[in-house]
Amino acid sequence: MKIDTSSPPERAARKTGDFASALQLTTDHDLCPGCGEPVALRALLDAVESLGLAQRAIGVVGIGCYTALTSLIDLDLVQALHGRAPSVATGAKRMRPDTLLFTLQGDGDMVNEGLQEVIHTAARGENLTCVLLNNGVFGETGGHMTATTVLGQRTKNSLEGRDASYHGHPILIGDLLARLGGTGYVARGSVHDAAGVARTRRYFERAFESQMRGEGFSFVEVLTMCPTGWFVPTREGPGYLDEVLGSVHVTGELKVDGRLVGA
Amino acid sequence: MRALMEGSEAIAEAAIAAGCRFFAGYPMTPFTELLESFAKRLPEEDGACINAESEIEAIGMAWGAAATGARAATGSTGQGLSLMQESMSEITRAEIPIVVFNMARGQGDYFQATRGGGHGDYRHIVLAPIDVTEAVDLTQLAFHLADRWRHPVLVYGDYLLAHTAEAVSVSPATFDEALPEKDWAVDGSLGGSGRSRNLNPIGMQKGTKGIDPDSFWRRLQEKQDAIEAAEQRFEAEHVDGAELLVVAFGTMARFARYVVRELREEGVPVGYFRPVSLWPFPSRALAEAASGARRVACLEQNAGQMIDDVRLAVLGSAPVVSIGGISTDAAGFGIGPLLDPAVVRERIEAALAGREVDGVLGGAIA
Amino acid sequence: MTAPLSPAATVSRGTVVIAVDRCKGCELCVPACPPAVLSMSSQHNAIGFAYPELAPGCTGCGACLLVCPDFCFEVHRFEEPEPGPPPEDPACAP
Repeated sequence: MKIDTSSPPERAARKTGDFASALQLTTDHDLCPGCGEPVALRALLDAVESLGLAQRAIGVVGIGCYTALTSLIDLDLVQALHGRAPSVATGAKRMRPDTLLFTLQGDGDMVNEGLQEVIHTAARGENLTCVLLNNGVFGETGGHMTATTVLGQRTKNSLEGRDASYHGHPILIGDLLARLGGTGYVARGSVHDAAGVARTRRYFERAFESQMRGEGFSFVEVLTMCPTGWFVPTREGPGYLDEVLGSVHVTGELKVDGRLVGA
Repeated sequence: MRALMEGSEAIAEAAIAAGCRFFAGYPMTPFTELLESFAKRLPEEDGACINAESEIEAIGMAWGAAATGARAATGSTGQGLSLMQESMSEITRAEIPIVVFNMARGQGDYFQATRGGGHGDYRHIVLAPIDVTEAVDLTQLAFHLADRWRHPVLVYGDYLLAHTAEAVSVSPATFDEALPEKDWAVDGSLGGSGRSRNLNPIGMQKGTKGIDPDSFWRRLQEKQDAIEAAEQRFEAEHVDGAELLVVAFGTMARFARYVVRELREEGVPVGYFRPVSLWPFPSRALAEAASGARRVACLEQNAGQMIDDVRLAVLGSAPVVSIGGISTDAAGFGIGPLLDPAVVRERIEAALAGREVDGVLGGAIA
Repeated sequence: MTAPLSPAATVSRGTVVIAVDRCKGCELCVPACPPAVLSMSSQHNAIGFAYPELAPGCTGCGACLLVCPDFCFEVHRFEEPEPGPPPEDPACAP
């Protein structure tokens, strides 16, 4: 039996979840079916909204598929060059220290093109939050190897799988940043299932709270599905993420209150 | 109050007088002292000077600071400016007003400065001071023009400008035109209002999917056309009756002006023209100044770059010859044999007499 | 796929509104649904994709909303649970 889901129920009910975040202008976007980036974006926007920081937030966005999502984000934004968002965010935060300043970058943007930027920004202890949407491929170009592509992962320019002896090793950027003195909070979430999305949203909230307390650099990495770039059916995206990426880029909080978790 | 200041120090003071509160840079001779000056002074003015880890990061930081509406600047030497060009291009298209200083090693960065330097279809405003006194004025003008047009402005200096001490007085300049409100600047306040901003170089619009590059680029080009019409600046002396018009820019022009004045006092019919804005190049004024001349001589410390713009301005009304050339010291800085009034005089006299001068080997007259 | 529902499981404590027109058919909501009451349609929407359909038993937990990349779900929780429909018995069919 099918239930009519075309309009709100007639039976007494309360709405517990909107289609979109209150900080979204529209729901319309052209990202691929099964993409994890809109899911991560919503978690981020919901975190900003829940902390009451919507009127103080500035986002600096890199270049990747997620750049197309800037049309629906109802926050002040600065569009940066590929890889350069952490520096742009640094200048903006220094001039507007009372704002919530975050970047939105992909793995190609942050870990390939702009690795130096994010490391120096973290080491300087800039009081801002860098956000990495990590799917292990250049999604926008159609599925090419990035610096976070895991060993064995097939991409359009590592057709037989990433081979350490030929392509080198992936960089676990969250782990690397957590070891730097300037970082206050580092976490790696995932949007491959509902619990992961809810946890990722909490990581955003903790990172933003850490920034508003002035604890220095904070970092939230989110593993996101890219079925198009992984060459898997959309319904297999979450499983691929969990098994292939998630086994290397392990999720969880890595640094809290300036202390390494488990150290 | 007049004080003896090196160019680097005076430019930093002028920037601060203009309201600049953010600077980021990476040391490189002969730009380093400008960074030192900002590093010392900006914290005293409640501003920030960040020791960026690269020139690429320096301009990114200035980009972000300027995006919030603050007056912000960065700079380097030509080599460092090369690293910044990708951002220069994007900042121009994002219409963010920043000021960039090139304390160049000589005049070899003319093309880099005036041709946009990076990818795409754009130019930015370029001002080239002749001395420290004018550098103080043009630095303040640079911030004004950047805000007026929402466009980057490059101040083209060099070793001589950065390291020469002159008695100058720095006080805030006033300008006739009122500046537009910076309602485009991001401060976060419009989040959730439906009117939040997106300062971007690709023409993304809030609430609308996709971009419309054709109309976006046309709109930017219309602005550049307006800048080109409105902001041509130059200095000219002894143009009337000049049979030879000498054209030079920046610190090299100080030598040209000195020699032209000297020759005129002796009754030699030479004139002097200096583009103060290298872009927009003062083509109309130069064409007019050259209209009575038999020859136009270009004195620049490179293998011939500005001469292209001079030829385009004069459009064949008189032959344009080079009396400059490559001229450096042992380190490759532009402190070579050409920086000598006697050498410059010899070359101007040769050009007036219709003799060729060697444009490559510094100092040698054929 | 979806296990056969027991009559008790068909009690609905909530429901969803599904914006089927913008669904891109990724199916992420189907395995995300804890009571397994979402399944993909045999029909296609205007942009050519199958879309989720809801069977009785929704708990209003919002997992579908959390995982949907295309913002297709609005979630409602009933003030009082809605009893499930009578079990369908093929033998009773007219």
